[in-house]
Order: sequence, then structure tokens, then C-alpha cells
Amino acid sequence: MRKYILSLVLIISALVSQSADPVVNGHEYSTKQSAEHTEEFNAGHLIIDHIVDTHEWHIATFGHTHFTIPLPIILLDQGKLVTFMSSRFNHGHSAYMGYKLETERNPNKGKIVKVLPGTMITDANAEKPIDLSITKTVVGIFVSFIVLILLFFAIARSYVRNAGHAPKGLQSLLEPLILFVRDDIAQPSIGKNYKKYMPFLLTTFFFIFFSNLIGLVPFFPGGANVTGNIGVTLVLALFTFIIILVKANKNYWIHIFNPPGIPWWLKFPIPLIPVIELAGVFIKPFVLMVRLFANIAAGHIIVLGFIALIFIFGQMSTTMAYVVSPVSIIFSIFIGLLELLVAFIQAYVFTMLSALYFGMATEEHSHADTH
Amino acid sequence: MELVSPGIGLIFWMTIAFGLLLLILGKFVWPPIMRALHDRESAIEMSLHQAEAARREMETLQFNNEKLLKEAKEERDALMRDARKVREKLIEDAREKASLEAERIIESARERIEHDKMAAITDLKNLVANLSVEIAEKLIAQELSDPVKNKQFVEKSLGEIKLN
Repeated sequence: MRKYILSLVLIISALVSQSADPVVNGHEYSTKQSAEHTEEFNAGHLIIDHIVDTHEWHIATFGHTHFTIPLPIILLDQGKLVTFMSSRFNHGHSAYMGYKLETERNPNKGKIVKVLPGTMITDANAEKPIDLSITKTVVGIFVSFIVLILLFFAIARSYVRNAGHAPKGLQSLLEPLILFVRDDIAQPSIGKNYKKYMPFLLTTFFFIFFSNLIGLVPFFPGGANVTGNIGVTLVLALFTFIIILVKANKNYWIHIFNPPGIPWWLKFPIPLIPVIELAGVFIKPFVLMVRLFANIAAGHIIVLGFIALIFIFGQMSTTMAYVVSPVSIIFSIFIGLLELLVAFIQAYVFTMLSALYFGMATEEHSHADTH
Repeated sequence: MELVSPGIGLIFWMTIAFGLLLLILGKFVWPPIMRALHDRESAIEMSLHQAEAARREMETLQFNNEKLLKEAKEERDALMRDARKVREKLIEDAREKASLEAERIIESARERIEHDKMAAITDLKNLVANLSVEIAEKLIAQELSDPVKNKQFVEKSLGEIKLN
């Protein structure tokens, strides 16, 4: 769903300019010619370019005019802090202060690399600067952050003002979700100590849920692929992992290194079960990270894939594109609706599993007698 | 592939943003919401308990009322029964007393009559005696003067006495 309108505008405008605009100035003509010859429409590149992080927020392209919101570039280069706006790169066409956006299709594409002085040639020997830029995804995180802060401060206020009365407005919209997290996620998974974990579980749930939803909005300030970015899910999973490590009690570690009720020869001389259990400690957050990232990214890929289908057929013949486009649109709407469901389910699953792991890490009684 | 290689800058900003979010929401938002929810739930539960208690109390009250009413009815019936008994007894007693009194009065009246009769008889006897004496006196006096007349007189006197 994300940006599908944008993609449409982008690609349609590209095609229109190719067919209806033969007279252009020399430079543009040549680039267009080369684009026609070297860069056929490639659905894979289109999709990946829309899903990965970028240094500018692309809104639309008309002809050769890109409408983008420039974002700040912050680089740490050998202990030196360098900051400027991404508009200096002129959409990757020029270098600035010895840096440029890599435009070649290599592992560094879209990243900031150093150039040989006075040229646009990548300096292969130079170390890449540490990139702390406010990228599109970071802006998306900030949007989610601001939305959550505004929304929940308003709700908290109405809880205080409305104390002892039935919920009203936004409060009654979100109260079922808050109760859902408390009664169906935290309480059954963690047990009686669930209250300590509520702030984390609620924050995680609503951050993921709202980021997913905002990611489905196709235009600014939505549309940033926040939860479909592995860096974001990595941090979320790390928070869960750190809380598990901090809160885990003796029982938990005993169950990992010397699980009761297991035959001794599985633990000595080759500690098979302990090794598997220890691996499980790391696999759990890893799976949390991959599941959320993969689900959201996959949803976006499918929608973009359906849209790309129109242009793949369009390259064969215009009639085919007209035939395929209604089907593609219907399918992407269907996937979009599915994504609404996935937005909730993935927030639920992440929170639920985090809560389960907290419950396992803090279980009080020993299972030894039940094995 | 870039898709699955997390960028350092993103991790940096995400950690800051999410940590800050956790801190702010955890300090200012979730506690009042959780407290309000908990308060409201306990208030609702308490109200339900109170309603239940009130209902039960009403039931006992109603039961008590019925019991009281029944008891009152029984007491009234008992009182009525007693009153009726007392009344009957009173009437019976009064009747008995009255008949006794009547008998007594009749008896005393009879006694007085008897007594008066005896007195009258005594008086009569005395009178007869006196008359006899007087007649005897006169007879004796006349006898002394005329024996014929004497005899006549005695007969005549005797004839007078027969009047009684």
C-alpha cells in the first residue's frame, strides 16, 4: 500500500516523458537515452529502492524534476562531525565536501561514500564515514514518536480528568487495546508480576502498531518503512533481550545450563542440551527481529510488486497494461487490507512473545517436580 | 544486501527515540492510565458487591417482614381466642354468681317468710292466749252474775274465736 500512488506517479511520468517529450536539451536527452538503453524497467530495483532507507524523502517526480524533502546528513568521519543537508548531493548527481551518494548497483548503493578529490569517482581505499544521518526511516520513527506522545498524553489527561466515569472519545478508542495488552498479553504470559512490564509492553505494542499503520499511509508524513527496516526491529528485539537478561532469575539460568529432568548423558561430557538452550537465548530475540521486519517488508514488497506488474506488461504492450492494471489495483487494495490486519497481528505477536519470554525468565517455582 | 543489513545511524536514532519514548510514556502516561483503569475496575466491582449485598439485605428484610406479619397475625388470633375465652368465662361466672345470689336471696326471703310466719303464729298464739284469758276473765265475771248468760257468753265467745 505504501507509496503505491507515488510509484504510480513516478513511473507514469517517466513513461509519459519518454513518449510525448522528444525535444529536450542535449544533456537531458543524452541521460534519457542512456536511461532507455541501460536501465530497462526493473521491478526488483524499484521495489528495493522503495523499501530501503534513503537520505531524502522522495515525494514525486514530474519529468526530470524530483520533489523531495532534503534530510540532514550527519557524518562521523575519523572523529570529525560533518553535517549538511542531503540536497547538496543533488539527488546523487554531485559530490559535496568529498562525499557522495553511491548510485552504482553495488553493496554500498544509497550509502554515503568518499570520492577522490574533485571527481565523482568513489575512493575505494577510503574508510566509509559513520553515517548518523536523519534518514527517511529516522524521520518515520520521529513521526511515530510524536504521534504516540501527543495521542497518549491526551488520553492520559482524559483518564485523569474523567476519573471514575466511562471512557470518551479517543480514550474509548484505545482503551480496548490497552486492556487487551494488559489482560490478554501481560497477565496470562507473565503472571502476577505483570505490572512492572506493562510500560514496556504497552510502549512496544503501540509503537509497532502505529508505525505499521503510518507505514501504510502512502503519502508524507506516512509511508516511511519503519517496522519493515531491520535496524528498527533489531533495536526493539534488543530491548526485549536486555530486559530478559536483567530480569532473569536463578531458575531461568538453571534451566539453561542444567535443565532438570534431562538424562545426564545429554549434559555431560558433551553439553548438548545446555548448548541448545543457550542458543535459544539468542535465537528468541533474533526471531522477534526477523519476524516483524520480514512481515512488514513482505507486505510492502507484494503491493509494489502488483504495481510493478502493470509496467512490466506496459513494456510489452499498452493494451496489456490497461488490462492488467485494474487487476493489479484490486489485488494491491486487497493486500493493503491484509496489511491492516498484519499491522495489528505483528504488534500483538511481538508484544505477546516478549511477554512470554519475560514470564519464562521470571518464573518463580521450579518445574523439576513436574518433569 | 542492504535490506537485511541494519544501518548504524538508524540503530543509534532508534535506540534514542524508543528509549526516550519508553521513558516519557512510562513516567507520565502509563501509570495514570493503569491506575485509572484499576480504580475504575475496583469501583465497579465494589459497586456490584454492594448491589449484591443490598439485594440480599432486601431479601432478608422482606423475609423478616413476612415473618413479622405472620407472627403478628398469629398473636392477634391468639389474643382474639383468649379474649373470647375470657368473655365466655366472665359471662359464665356472672351467670353462676347471679344464680347463686338469686338462690341466696330466695333462700333468705324464704327464711324471713318462715320467720315472719313463726312470729305471726307466736303473736297469734299470744293473742289467742290473751283473748282466752280475757274471755275467761269476763266469763268468770259473768258467770259470777248469771249462770245462764254465762253459758251463752262462753258459747258466743267460742263462736268468735272460730273466726280465726
